[in-house]
This record gives sequence, C-alpha cells and structure tokens, in this order.
Amino acid sequence: MSDLDALYQELVLDHGRRPRNFGRLEHPNRQAAGHNPVCGDQLQLYVDVGDDGVVRDVKFEGKGCAISTASASLLTQAIKGRTLAEIESIFQAFHETVTGRAQPDEERLGKLAVFQGVSRFPTRVKCASLCWHTLMAALKGADAPVSTE
Amino acid sequence: MTFDVERVRADFPILGESYRGKPLIYLDNAATTQKPRAVIDAVSSYYETSNANVHRALYWLGARATDAFEGARVKVKRFLNAASEREVIFVRGATEAINLVAHSFARPRLQPGDEILVSHMEHHSNIVPWQLAAQAAGAAVRPIPITDAGDIDLDAYAAMLGPRTRMVAVVHVSNALGTINPVEEIARLARERGVPVLLDGAQATAHVAVDVQRLGCDFYAFSGHKLYGPTGIGVLWGRERWLREMPPYHGGGDMIREVKFSGTTFADLPNKFEAGTPDIAGAVGLGAAVDYVTALGFEAIAAHEEALTDYALERLRTVPGFQRVGEPRRRGPVISFALGDVHPHDVATVLDMEGVAIRAGHHCAQPVLDRFGLPATARASFAIYNTRAEIDALVAALHKVVELFGR
Ligand SMILES: Cc1ncc(COP(=O)(O)O)c(C=O)c1O
Repeated sequence: MSDLDALYQELVLDHGRRPRNFGRLEHPNRQAAGHNPVCGDQLQLYVDVGDDGVVRDVKFEGKGCAISTASASLLTQAIKGRTLAEIESIFQAFHETVTGRAQPDEERLGKLAVFQGVSRFPTRVKCASLCWHTLMAALKGADAPVSTE
Repeated sequence: MTFDVERVRADFPILGESYRGKPLIYLDNAATTQKPRAVIDAVSSYYETSNANVHRALYWLGARATDAFEGARVKVKRFLNAASEREVIFVRGATEAINLVAHSFARPRLQPGDEILVSHMEHHSNIVPWQLAAQAAGAAVRPIPITDAGDIDLDAYAAMLGPRTRMVAVVHVSNALGTINPVEEIARLARERGVPVLLDGAQATAHVAVDVQRLGCDFYAFSGHKLYGPTGIGVLWGRERWLREMPPYHGGGDMIREVKFSGTTFADLPNKFEAGTPDIAGAVGLGAAVDYVTALGFEAIAAHEEALTDYALERLRTVPGFQRVGEPRRRGPVISFALGDVHPHDVATVLDMEGVAIRAGHHCAQPVLDRFGLPATARASFAIYNTRAEIDALVAALHKVVELFGR
C-alpha cells in the first residue's frame, strides 16, 4: 500500500465524507472547542457523561479536512459507553500510533487503528489528534479553547 | 533578450532536488522564492572575503564590508528608483518595515477618532501593526471593501477618505488572490486629500517593476526572500521628508550621533533606523538578487509569468470541481482555488506525494477568506523558473485528488 493509500483508507474517506454523530447535543454536561490555526479548522465537541462516569452520548460539529473530520467521527464511536480511564488509555494508544512511536494496539484502538498511516505524514498528525485533545479538555472541564499550536 | 526558462532553471541549484524519486515542483513562490546561484555565492563570498562589522572598523576589512553593505543599498535605490540612498532602510522584512511606519510615523500622528484605511485583502502584517497603533491612540482601522471578483472597490475607497483619515495602507499585489491593485490611482486619491500612503510590496517586487516616485506613495515595504534573495533582510523605502521627521524605531548602536545621559542625538538617515549590527550578508545577497532580476528584465519576467498563469488557468478548468477564488482585473502569478468539497489540506497532501508543493490554508489573510466565506484555500503561485510541464504535473496531481476523494 502506498503512503497515500495508507493515509486515506476507505474507512477514513467514508467518515470524512459522512461523519457520524455530527451535530449538537441538546444538554451536554461537558463541551470544548478545538482550533487548528495552521489550516483554520474548527471543532466543537459535546459530551454527556453519566453519574457513573460513563460517556452516554457525544457529538461534534465543525469544519475540517478529511483526516480531522474522520478522526472526530471515529472518536465519537470509540468513546460511547466508555469510562474516563478507558478513554485515557485509548487516547494514549492513539497518540503513540499517529506519532509513530508504537505499532497500533489493535485491542485498545479497534477501528481507530486505521490512523496508523498518519504517522508517515508529520504535518498531518495535528489534524488527527485535534479532536482528542479537545475531548480531553472537555472531560477535564478546561475552559480555554484547545489549540494545536 | 529572449527568456529561456531552462537557462533560468539552471541558475537555481535547489531545482535539482527530488524526494521519493519525484523532482521538486515548487509552486509556493508567494510564500518564499528559491535562490539563484548568484545570490548564494554573493552571501558565501561575502563571508569568505569581506566579513567584518560595518561602519565602525578602522581597518581595511571593515571598509570592504561597509562597501559591500552600502553597495547593496545603492542597488536597491536604483531598483526602486528612490530619490536617494537615505530613503532606503534595511529591515528584516516587509513585516518589520510596516511595523516601523505604524509605530514611528502613524502612532504619534493619531488622535482619538482618527482612521487608518486598509483594504479587506491585506496580509495580517498590514493589518495588525495598524491595529496596535490605533488601539494605543483610540483611533480605528477601517477595511476598504473589495468586490466579489477580488478588486478593491475604488468608489467605496474614495468615499471613505475623509477628514479623519490619517493613513492608507494597501497591498500592491495580493498574496491571497493575486490581485495587482491600481496603487497609483489609490495613492493619487489619498494624496489629493493629503493622506500618506504605504504600499505593501511583499508580493510585487519579484513580478512587476516598481518605481516609487511614479507610484506616488509615501512608504514602500518589501522582503528580500520573496525576490529570490535571502531571508532576514527587507527594505523600507520612505520619503526623506517623512523619515527625517520620524523618531527612531529601535535604539542602540549605529543609530546615534552622540549618547549622553543628559540626552542623545541621532544619526542621519538611513542609520537612524538601523540600530545594531544589521544583516550585512543578507543585504549583500539582496543586492545580488536585485541584479539578477534586473538582468532578466521585468518585461520578460512578466511575459513568462503571465503566459504561465494563463496556461495554468486554462488547464485547471479541466479539473472537475476546480473553482478559482477571485477573478481580479489584473493579477500576478497567483491562483487561489477550491476543489469541490475536498479540503485544501487534503489537496496539498496528495500533491505533495506527487512532488508538487503548493500552499493550503488562510495565507495569513483571514479577513479576505472570511469575505469569501472560506476557512482556507489551496494556492499555486509561480515564479520565473516554473514551466508548462510543471503545470501539467499540477493538473495531473489534481486529477488524482478528484479520483481519490470522488470515489
Ligand atoms: C502581501 C504580504 N505582505 C507581507 C508579508 C510579510 O512578509 P514577511 O513575512 O517576509 O515579513 C507577506 C508574506 O507572506 C505577504 O504576502
């Protein structure tokens, strides 16, 4: 597989074109905004966390490239029904994968392993990880918008 | 002299580089241009034969360095058709030149309620310095509207010029849209009302002949690195009468006549604005760049670049979803575009894999992209060494983008 095909796999193109869980949540109890000043991409994440600490629902809105849109879309699917500790573990595995520090841990990542190809494109790592940094800010209740810079 | 692009290409060592087996196709010339051998050699030869600090050393090498540095100033003076070398201030680039004028010229003249007019298509470096000066004085920066085609609305501009207008600052050639603005007319309208004009020439000097006296402006700013010269060096040209009145921008060595704790007197022009050891090698490299483009001639440069841009537009229209942003009356070799729903970032990545370097983003001109309702565009910008074959490679790579994202 060429580097380009590894980056833009069918799953990524599909989620880039037709993002899942796109839109607003009526009553989120966590939310955060992310911004990538290099490309002007914007992202809003809305999360509803139950009293048991499990993510009940999550949605996102924004404008971005195929990688950042697909990453946010797959993120929403990956974290629904998960606890904060589980999400942190997924994020860690994701981060190691997209930065090329480790082979993807398929067990923790599931579909997110598709972003392995990003590691060969250093300029695109931020596109894939913006939504995750934004999510961590939302879950930790940070107020300031997240920026990739 | 006929323009031979292959001979020009042979002057640019970097064009021999390749990556993953694909030759470099450099179409990001509005960001920075590549450097001809003559410039690279001038810089290294300066360090090999002439390096010393300027203006102070009492030995022969210092005189040689000073001659090289001041020789570069004379070249720039001729290049711009300035009235004298005293009007040519070496700075780090267009950004610093504009900040200097905003700080030392505009700010002391501003009263609460005064206005500075800038166009809606400015680079951030021709917006933010004016905002800083205006904020400090309680004045306002007002945008001159532009049309859907990407031209400055001259009627609106004329109507905005009023008793509170203290300054007009406009880009000569737009980096985001490619527009060549009617800057003579813009300067004339301001002059009739006694309003000084700064032109941001960052994108102009590599493509059009600049004669500051004919343009009728008061200040002209440009960067060496967009004119085939080194990074870190640029020029502020200003009318001597203004430069004399203006207080220094930076204080330090080289810009003084006499320093006393009871009060310091300043050096004459241009030294008053050149505190500290300047980028001597950069200035020498810029002098070589000026010689290089002058020898090619702007008529030949413009003919080559216009033909290339026309060819590119004709070929790009064959790419499904290609949509040009801005169709100004006169344009430089810059094409900003959208490609259907594909994000410019994704376009640039696919092109990069084909060896084609373009820019994707807001081009440091967010207001103009907001004006067109776009967060980003893709931009291809050409220079003297680009060829039709490279445009063909760009078009072929864009077809690949369409194939990948359209399936
Ligand atoms: C129109 C315009 N003005 C100003 C600048 C700033 O130039 P520099 O970064 O060299 O100071 C640029 C650079 O992109 C530009 O395109």
